This record gives sequence, C-alpha cells and structure tokens, in this order.
Amino acid sequence: MHELYKLASGIFVWIAILGFAAGMIGRLAHLAVTARKKDPVVYQYFSFYYALRSILHWIIPFASTGMRAHPVITVVAFVFHASLIVTPLFAAAHVILVMESWNVSWWHLPDPAADVMTVLVILGCLFFLIRRIVQENVRYLSTPGDFVLIALVAAPFVTGFWTYHQFYGYETAGILHMLSGELMLLCLPFTRLFHMALWPFTRGYAGSEFGALRRSRDW
Amino acid sequence: MNPKSQKEETNNKNGIYDAGIEKGASRLTPEKIRKVFDALVEAEGGARLKAYTNACVHCGLCSDACHHFLSKDRDPRLSPAGKVKQTVSRILNKKAKLDVDFVKQACETVFTECNLCRRCVIYCPFGIDVAYLMLFVRRGCHQLGVVPQYIQDTAHSHASTFNQMWVRDDEWIDTLQWQEEEARDEIPDLRIPIDKKGSDIFYSLIGPEPKFRAQLIYQMAVIFHMAGADWTVPSAPGWDNSDMCMFTGDMEMTARLKKIHFEAAMDLKAKRIVMGECGHAFRSVYDVGNRTLGWKMPPLPMVHAIEFYAEILREKRIEIPKKFDRPVAFHDPCNIVRGRGLGDEARYVINETCSTFIELTPNREHNFCCGAGGGVINCGPPFKNKRVESNRVKADQLAAARDKGAEVLIAPCHNCHGGLEDIIHHYELGLELKFLGDIIYECMKKE
Repeated sequence: MHELYKLASGIFVWIAILGFAAGMIGRLAHLAVTARKKDPVVYQYFSFYYALRSILHWIIPFASTGMRAHPVITVVAFVFHASLIVTPLFAAAHVILVMESWNVSWWHLPDPAADVMTVLVILGCLFFLIRRIVQENVRYLSTPGDFVLIALVAAPFVTGFWTYHQFYGYETAGILHMLSGELMLLCLPFTRLFHMALWPFTRGYAGSEFGALRRSRDW
Repeated sequence: MNPKSQKEETNNKNGIYDAGIEKGASRLTPEKIRKVFDALVEAEGGARLKAYTNACVHCGLCSDACHHFLSKDRDPRLSPAGKVKQTVSRILNKKAKLDVDFVKQACETVFTECNLCRRCVIYCPFGIDVAYLMLFVRRGCHQLGVVPQYIQDTAHSHASTFNQMWVRDDEWIDTLQWQEEEARDEIPDLRIPIDKKGSDIFYSLIGPEPKFRAQLIYQMAVIFHMAGADWTVPSAPGWDNSDMCMFTGDMEMTARLKKIHFEAAMDLKAKRIVMGECGHAFRSVYDVGNRTLGWKMPPLPMVHAIEFYAEILREKRIEIPKKFDRPVAFHDPCNIVRGRGLGDEARYVINETCSTFIELTPNREHNFCCGAGGGVINCGPPFKNKRVESNRVKADQLAAARDKGAEVLIAPCHNCHGGLEDIIHHYELGLELKFLGDIIYECMKKE
C-alpha cells in the first residue's frame, strides 16, 4: 500500500503530466500538419474574428439557439464543465500539495465550495449516464467507450469526495483518487475527452466559414 | 425486369430498388470496398475528417436540427450523428467489415437521407460539419461506382455536354432565340445578347431552365432589359452553372465544370457573373467549385439573382407600380441563406414588391430544408415517397404560415421548388409556389 502511494504521488504524477502535455501538443501539432498537407482550405478560410465570434456564442450559456432549445442540458453542461475544470485546479488540498512539493501556490477555493462542485460533477456524470440510457437518439449513438468515459471522469471526483470526508477506507480511496486522477489526465489527449482541446478549432473553423465566407451565423 | 424480381433483388432497408446502387454494388467484394475506402482516407481524409470524428462526444444535440430525424418520428438512425455512426465511423474503423450490404445502405444514407443543408452545424456545440462527412462518403461511393442511377445520369450529362440536362449546343442557342422572339411580342426592342464581349454581366443559369422552364429565361431577359443592364450569355458550353458532380463525389468533374463556367465568363471579358435563382449552383460556383480549382474565391465577382434584384430595386432601375397583393411567405434556401447570408436581401426584395409578408418559423439560417437539396431530389423517382415523408416537418411549418393567411410561397431556388412542390401536393397545403423573378416580372413596369 505504501509502495503504491509512493508511486501514485511520485513517478505517476510525472507520467500523467508529461503524457498529458506531450499528448495534447503532439495530437494538435499532428492535426495542424495534416491540415497543411491535406486540408489547405482550413488555413485559407480561418478567420480569428469570426472564429472568436462563434466561440463566444457557444461559450456563453444560452447565447445559441440550440442551447435555448435545450435548457436543461445547457445548465447541466455548463455547471458540469465549469466544476470539472475549476475544482481540481483550485481545490485547497491540491494547491497545498503543489506548494509543499514545488513551493508555488495560487488562490484556492474555500473547502465547502470545492465540496459542492465535486458533487455537481458527480451529479453531472449521473445525468449524462441516465441521458445516454434513457434518451433513444443518444442511446443509439452511445458506444461502450462513452460509458467508460463517464466512469473515468466520475472516478477522481467520487474518490476525492470520499477521501475529503474521510469515509471508511479513505486511505485506500486517497490512493485511488490519485491513480484515477492521473489516469484521467493521461486519457485526456487520447480519448473523446480530447474534445476539450479540439472544440475551439472545430467551432472556430465553422465560425470562420459561416462568418467570413458565407456571411451568416452559426449559432 | 418485372417488379417481383426487382423486389427479390432489393436489399435496401426501405425496400427501394435503385439500379445504380444495385448494379454498382453487384460488382464489389469486401476486399475491394475496404481497399477503396482505405485509399480514400489515406489520400483525402485530412484534418477535418479526424477532428470532426474525434471531437464528437455522441451527445445527440444535432438530432433536432435534422428534418429527416424530426419527420420520421425521431428515428435515431436519421440524426446527423446517427448517419455518421452508420457510415463514416465504420469506414474509419479498420476492423469493421465493409461488405456489399454496407455499401448499399451507406449509399442510400448519404445520398437520400442527408440534404447537406448544414443546419446541424449550427446546432452542434462543436460545429462539426456533418455535410462534409456525408460528402466524404459520397466520394467513396463514387469511387466504388455505387451511385443512385438518376443522379449519376445527370453527372454523365455534365461529363458529356457540360450541362445537367443533355441539352445540345444548338438546342441551347435555339432556346435563347425562341425566348427572345417570344419576348419581342411584348417588348419589341428586347434582345438576348449572345457572346457579347465586355458586358457588365455574364448571366448563367441551370440546365433545367432551357429544358423545362424556358419562361424563366424570358422573364430574366425582360428584367435585364427594363433595368437597362448590359448583359450576355455564352453560346458555347459554360452557360450552365449547375453541378450534380459535387453531390455525387466526382470532384474531378466538378473542377472541369466550374473551370469551363468561369472561363466562359472570362473569355467574354464580362465584369461579373449574375446567376439565376438556384441554390446548389450558387454553392458550386461560390463555395465548392472555386476551392476544387484551388481558388479561395471565384476568379471574378459573382452574385446570386437575389443580390441583383435588390441592387436594381435599390437603384430604382425598375419600377414597381403596384405591389403583389396576395400574402406571401418566404422559404430561405440553405445554400444562399446559410450559405451566403442573403436572408436580408431577399426580404428587402419581398418588401419592395409584395404587400403582405408572413414569416415562416423557423426562418433565415434556421429554416428547415426543402428536402430536395444536396442532390436528394436528383436521386429520382425511386426515393420520391421517402423524400416527401422525410420532410413532414416542412409541411407543418408551411401549414402554419398558410393558417396565418399565406397564399403564395416564394423560394428563390430551383431545387427548393422541386422539393416544395412535392410537399405542397402531398400534404395538400394549397400554396402557390413562385420564384422572386416571377413576382418582379408580374409587378414591374414593362413599358
């Protein structure tokens, strides 16, 4: 157990961070090169102004027609994604760990806020899981990988919540929390979670074509 | 072939027999199919294909954007992402078995269950262009020689005659002269100038106009004449701006078509191209053909008829003594409204020429497709019933406008006319369908 803790808090952290960074940069660079070779129109038509115009309409809740048509998923998706990104970066325990390790620190969330946001992520995962099962058109699109992905995202938050509240077996949960967090970080560039990095480009390109070339709107 | 044996041979999911699909598929083996698709992915499957297929999180938010999905009782297979799952995803999965049945079904899906209208792009949070993905599969189908028969026939016509309708060169000139003669009964000094060098306007139109709707050439000639326009049409191939090849995936032929179209205009040293009321041709000339030829933009300025109408109304080059007095509704064609933002210009023309205008809901960029575009109507009679049933949502939208009093539906696109006519008849909506040119011609001062 102790050995595993040492690994999870040591070498695995580095593997996860380096894998995440290398994966992100590598995959985006590969796409950029492929676009240059096979899709030169992407560069020709890309317009920062119109890309940003489109991205803004899709990053502000209810700024697009599609979001207004689906208010429930809009609220859930925004709360879920905001909590998912903010909680691990600003949870007090994480900030303290980083400070102890490398002597750098930043602002952190009050504990109750991080706690609530963790629950929101878990509820979000449950919502997406149920939606995948219940809603026919989403069920049709779902692959086993989509369910694994939900579990992958939920795991660090469930175990984090467990550890923080020191429920039964929280020491094991703590190790699982580290391992699952590292696994998720490592998976970000190599699974559908990569949409995190891709969407500004796909949305931005749609915005460019719709705005600069087609003089119309894409929201 | 008698109907019984046709049925036995039919393996399509809807029991539809299409000779182009069946005969083409009968020549294939799983090995050949895999080889062709793998080569296509390798050669042409660029960053967009990868980014779109990797970014999609299967959220299903594109579903409600698609009129096929909405009209067919929310059949999940008809959601945009559902169509990608059945086609592109399997092609990209190297382990998936691509047999003859797969190709037949994929062909029917990409050719007849997606109008490439791009409405889903504006409902996908990530802006994934499903039309691009469907066209990618169509390109593969073209390379395999599996394309619905009727649309392939028009592609052959393009290849043989450089127009969509097998119109012979002498028939084209004959039609122009015939229309000029007819028009001179009404306006004695009217001309249809052929091959006039250095004109302001090179007028191009789609093959079905001389073939089936010659009166539209007459009307446009009258509009040009009354507006005092300096215009011309070419006698040689290049007069047809339409392009079914971009819809069958035959991009080589698309390049030839657009090259001859642009060259015809440039040979005549025209200052700009004005095109008739068509949507797919606009997409081909403005958005697809130029790219295929390696030009970011068309090599000379080009405008859709709507822009020309708006221009001559704004400049008061034609007079509208009395507005069209029946209530009109307006269908925003995807290729010129989502494809060029001409919604405002069209509404300007309508407000200048019509007394009562009733909006459809949804409208502009969010308008529902006519169900005909993207080459779907060109797949011909075998798929007609399916096409009309797949657009029930359009009928509901039109019925709502009719209930508000609309009597006439204006659609400035030939494809839309084809699709909407079928919808209006099938669902007994009782609307009359018109082009914007019809309205202008009817209301303008012609002395």
